[in-house]
Amino acid sequence: MTAAPAIEARDVAKIFRQGTGMFSAARHVRAVDGVSFAVPAGGCFGIVGESGCGKSTLARLILGLYPATSGDILVDGRRLADMGRRERARLIQPVFQDPFSSLNPRRRIRDIVGLPLAAQGVGGAEITSRVAAMLERVGLSAEMAGRLPAQLSGGQRQRVAIARALILRPRIVVCDEPTSALDVSVQAQILNLLAELRRDLGLTLLFISHNLAVVEHICDEVAVMYLGRVVEHAETDALFRAPAHPYTRALLASVLTPEPGRGIPDVGLGDTYPDPANIPPGCRFHPRCPIAVDACRTQVPQPRVLSGRTVECLLA
Amino acid sequence: MSGFPPLRRIAAGLGAVIVLGVAFAAIFAPLLVPHDPFLQDLNQRMVPPSWMEGGMPAHLFGTDQLGRDYLSRLIYGARISMLIGVMTVITSGLIGITLGVLGGFFGGRVDDVVMFAITCRLSIPLILVALSVVSLIGSSLTVVVFTLGLLLWDRFAVVARTTTMQVRTLDYVSAAWAAGCSRSYILLREVLPNIVHHLIVVATLEMALAILLEAALSFLGLGVPPPLPSWGLMISEAKDYMFFSPWVIMVPGIALFVLVLGINFLGDGLRDLLGATRDA
Repeated sequence: MTAAPAIEARDVAKIFRQGTGMFSAARHVRAVDGVSFAVPAGGCFGIVGESGCGKSTLARLILGLYPATSGDILVDGRRLADMGRRERARLIQPVFQDPFSSLNPRRRIRDIVGLPLAAQGVGGAEITSRVAAMLERVGLSAEMAGRLPAQLSGGQRQRVAIARALILRPRIVVCDEPTSALDVSVQAQILNLLAELRRDLGLTLLFISHNLAVVEHICDEVAVMYLGRVVEHAETDALFRAPAHPYTRALLASVLTPEPGRGIPDVGLGDTYPDPANIPPGCRFHPRCPIAVDACRTQVPQPRVLSGRTVECLLA
Repeated sequence: MSGFPPLRRIAAGLGAVIVLGVAFAAIFAPLLVPHDPFLQDLNQRMVPPSWMEGGMPAHLFGTDQLGRDYLSRLIYGARISMLIGVMTVITSGLIGITLGVLGGFFGGRVDDVVMFAITCRLSIPLILVALSVVSLIGSSLTVVVFTLGLLLWDRFAVVARTTTMQVRTLDYVSAAWAAGCSRSYILLREVLPNIVHHLIVVATLEMALAILLEAALSFLGLGVPPPLPSWGLMISEAKDYMFFSPWVIMVPGIALFVLVLGINFLGDGLRDLLGATRDA
């Protein structure tokens, strides 16, 4: 064991209570259900999964936006829950998916990018100069500082969001689908910017996405989430070369091929979305699994370490 | 900016002109009136408006049953109406927006309490409570303003609560949390400025409603006490004479109608304008 991981999740769970009306029983939604991983400093960790698998909830837990129901998130060996809001902000910053909703429409770019500095109590003159420098760093001209978000394009807005995330020089940046709301041509620019900033500033990136090509391009390690659990976790090369979990295989098969006319590939998962309020017994993937056997319906698979990867499947 | 059709822009402009005109008349009433609105002249009672038969050029809208100049009373009545409208909106806005924003922002128990308060308020019949309060405490301008202010906050609370709930889940609010901002900073600087345009529209609706309610209370004899020239009181006093001198009820009635219409036009216009520039 070398240095402590930059960020570590230990059996993190988040359960939401829904429908707490007077006459209805509360539903418990297990959005994140016992997730553990560790990311070394300077690493890039990808989390993939379909909508509703809990990956955005996990991002919010790591950002401290929700308290975890159980488990711990540790940054440099210290519990996130024990940190104050200012200290946490200096360590971890987010880049959100939709740059149209992640920038306050009523504030100027200067105030948006300078907000984390203002929250730390930094003075006005220093904010102005640091915002200008940071805007230049992410490829925007310093004169953008006086504009409103509505006057910027999607790609420019996402650069503003990245500038805001980096202005405190955090160690860790959580990117929650940072490119999926952007045009394809802009996606590549933003990804290259993130990769460049990661290299230059020694950032640790947590990269959440449903876009497998993007994850393959940028991440060192990938975790595949299904219904709140990590079902497979491996180095990027190994995962894409030889997926072990049937869900990972289905995800990889679902990537559109460049040839026209093939249509959307049928991956045998059916049309239904999994419901985190009603998790199936046994292996939680068995209702949609193409290779499920009887044991999958009753037996909960435990994480197993196979040659350089962790898999939760009875059959792997 | 040329998003909405010309007819609505005309209506909005008309509304602005009416409201600003009435506000102007209310503020500068002492400089504008041709006669003292309280001065009685029993020799010249029920003089019809100057364009009607028997009218006098000195009294444009004629005189009332005590010989007071009707135009002067109308202009002073604008003071009462605007004062009641503005003060009621300020009082009810403070209560409603505070409750609604707190409920929408914090959710959970706080929201349960706010929702309970709103439900209680909605189950109280407005006029009935206003009537009983005024008849218990006695009627004065202050009593009317506070009675209406303490009753008309429900729409502010409902709208503030719903819009706050929508805004607080947006990513820029999450980003502010992640940036380490304090709760009060996020409430005041990130959430509130982004719901204000909804609240302005509610304010115009409530202002119109307050003006109408004051008129209704005055008509029932429980609004501002005579001889204050409120439009509602003028209508009330005129109802005994309306068969032979219909203008005494038409003049304040039309004034009330035009002002409320103007406020509603203005509110619609503001909604279009603020909605369109929000994140176009």
